[in-house]
Amino acid sequence: MLRDAAVMAGKDLRIEMRSRVATNQVAPFALLVLILFAFALDPDRGVLARAAAGLFWVAVLFCALLAIQRAFAVEAADGARDNLRLSGLDPAAIFLGKASAVAAELAALEIILGAGVVVLYNRSLHGPGLLVVTCVLATVGLAAVGTIYGALAAGLRVRETLLPLLLLPVVAPVLLAATRASEAALGGSPADGWPWVRLLGVFAVIYVTFGVVAFGPLLEESS
Amino acid sequence: MTHVGYLIAGYGVTFGVLASYAAWIVGKKRALARELPPEERDPRWP
Amino acid sequence: MRSGIGTRILGVATVASLALLAVMALVITPADVNQLDAVRLIYIHVPMATVMYVAFGVTALGSILYLVPRTRAHKWDVLAGAAAEIGVVFTGLVLVSGSIWGRTTWGVWWTWDARLTTTAVLFVLFLGYLALRRVGGDPDARARRNSIAALAACIDLPIVHKSVEWWRTLHQKSSLLDEETFLHPHIHGTMYWTLLLGIGAFLLLFSWLLINRYRLAKLEDRMEDQGLERALAERRAEALTGAP
Repeated sequence: MLRDAAVMAGKDLRIEMRSRVATNQVAPFALLVLILFAFALDPDRGVLARAAAGLFWVAVLFCALLAIQRAFAVEAADGARDNLRLSGLDPAAIFLGKASAVAAELAALEIILGAGVVVLYNRSLHGPGLLVVTCVLATVGLAAVGTIYGALAAGLRVRETLLPLLLLPVVAPVLLAATRASEAALGGSPADGWPWVRLLGVFAVIYVTFGVVAFGPLLEESS
Repeated sequence: MTHVGYLIAGYGVTFGVLASYAAWIVGKKRALARELPPEERDPRWP
Repeated sequence: MRSGIGTRILGVATVASLALLAVMALVITPADVNQLDAVRLIYIHVPMATVMYVAFGVTALGSILYLVPRTRAHKWDVLAGAAAEIGVVFTGLVLVSGSIWGRTTWGVWWTWDARLTTTAVLFVLFLGYLALRRVGGDPDARARRNSIAALAACIDLPIVHKSVEWWRTLHQKSSLLDEETFLHPHIHGTMYWTLLLGIGAFLLLFSWLLINRYRLAKLEDRMEDQGLERALAERRAEALTGAP
């Protein structure tokens, strides 16, 4: 099954590399969001620097929405989803594959955003270990839930407005925990951050499991 | 009694919304039942 | 369509117990030492929060029953939807009553305390669920989609609650204890029984609403089927007469 998942992930990433939507559109969008925050929050008053961790993760969420919409738009065209189902791939493998591809994209975006925050908001990176673990776990959780809801909303005409409404409340704890952990890392008190990392871990485990189990019923003759 | 205004607001909104909701359910039930042919009319629970 | 005798009795019992609750809550029980008369809002706020959780519990249960192949039946999806709509109504009312209560005790219309915040997230979660339910399509696909969405939301709930609670207690270490005694008045005697009465009365109301909303949903389903049949019949008639 893992090999099938890898095949799935590879396919998605190859499509992405050929179409370059992530590099041409989503990454610039990420930088744009960072710039807009600066307009809204006035860099001179120190609010921007203090809020940097939270703004980073909000920007990640916005990018995640785009990445997930994209991941499922690719297949909705030309009835590729039916082909997917008929291909005999285990639904759990399809889930893990798609989620991995989304996670990889998000990870790349986070690196870009991270660099953006360091440069644009004047924050230096402390506590790299905590930051990396936070990003990894948060990304896994986001990718898992996002893939579930992306599949749920795929092919629906109201997908663009429905997906954010469905997904964002569910990932609120990820935003909360990731921000707190990041703030602890950047602020030099990592001990405060590790409990939040545990929460991110629990979230990731729960939703990866849920995805593996639910993707079967989800893909059954969906219209 | 203190906070009278707030109590009126709280109880008023609560019972107002609930009563309207209940009325809407019953009203729509009757309207739909009228439109459907007789054998379709009586859904039992559940 | 006429409700059965059971539903009517339930309806009468609901109205009677709610009326009794109002009298007890507003007139007979004493004011609280700390909160004064604001405590009277608790007699509806807490019961409605209870009903809110029960409603979403029914939604979760219905979703599970639909997904498990052995118990799969369309009626569970209908039940889940009816319960969720009622749940959202009550969640909104919990937020409003909680906000008004907060205004009297804290002086502000909103505060990011753990319970209010979690309730707000819950509200949006299930508004999304209701929006998803309105999307059309094949009934089986819809029911499956709805069920999975409901369960994904319900699983999230304890995580949201824990994380928000943790977040807020970290910020209020010392003032929390004073806040706790202030927020939890000594409920004893008539106050205690009135609160129990409130929970009972609102649960009766929930039951009545659920039964009727469920029946309404079934009628709506039949209406949709009828509409489809009529459209097909019209098409066939058109084809026969050779209309454009």
